[in-house]
Amino acid sequence: MEVPILKQGHYLIASIQSALSDADLSQLREALIARVGKFRARGVIVDVTALDVMDSFAVRTLRDIAHMARLRGAETVIVGIQPEVAFAMVQLGLTLKGIATALDLEEGLAFLDRQGHGRIENRQGHGRIDRG
Amino acid sequence: MGASRIAKGMGASIVGDDIRCPIAADTDVVQARQTGRELATELGFSVGDQTVIAAAISEIARNILMYAKRGEVRFTKVVDGTRQGLIVVAEDDGPGIRDVPRAMQDGYSTSGGLGLGLPGARRLMDEFEVVTAPGQGTRITMRKWKRSNA
Repeated sequence: MEVPILKQGHYLIASIQSALSDADLSQLREALIARVGKFRARGVIVDVTALDVMDSFAVRTLRDIAHMARLRGAETVIVGIQPEVAFAMVQLGLTLKGIATALDLEEGLAFLDRQGHGRIENRQGHGRIDRG
Repeated sequence: MGASRIAKGMGASIVGDDIRCPIAADTDVVQARQTGRELATELGFSVGDQTVIAAAISEIARNILMYAKRGEVRFTKVVDGTRQGLIVVAEDDGPGIRDVPRAMQDGYSTSGGLGLGLPGARRLMDEFEVVTAPGQGTRITMRKWKRSNA
């Protein structure tokens, strides 16, 4: 089950649609890291709203995505962790320390905007307006 | 060389039919946790407990894959007096766990994982038992009881 990755401005949005196997998660990591370079992305949002369980492998992969993306110059936000999933994660001892999280996609986008990760796009936008 | 055992409050109970999930690939881990969640739903567990059960199954099923390559997860619905619950047994013929007390510690892993699988699963479930010996495989038995006020 491949995870669709959308490009929106300088952000990549990976929207997980269903339960993922370990191989699916690893594939998502590779695809996102490759696309950060390809699209010169400044921000990555991984939407896990549809995930009904998050185990140690899933958390490790999300952490790897965030760290690898940061090394490539993009900030990652994990959005949509459901309340019961959060409860089970805490019981398991799983944390996303040092990784940005937000309630949902809207909050995730707002977070990246606040961090200034879309700034370059804005500047280019002004440039185009000036030329016109 | 006796089998190592770690038990957390195993009580008597009445056992029903088994449902078996073979574990030999990462997609089987997904299948096992989905089966466990469906059974927990049938038993009337809360959504929170369904998620907790699914997460615990995911950890122990992945342990089978990582350490033994193949094995099985079995599910049994149980009734103990007025209590209803779910028993999850994960069994393999793999190398066994050499040092069970250490394997139950947070952050200890011989596979490069997070080392939260066994201790994490134990925290998620009400009862947890490991029977293993080097070269003789591993059997993990976990139970979750439905809370009467849930």
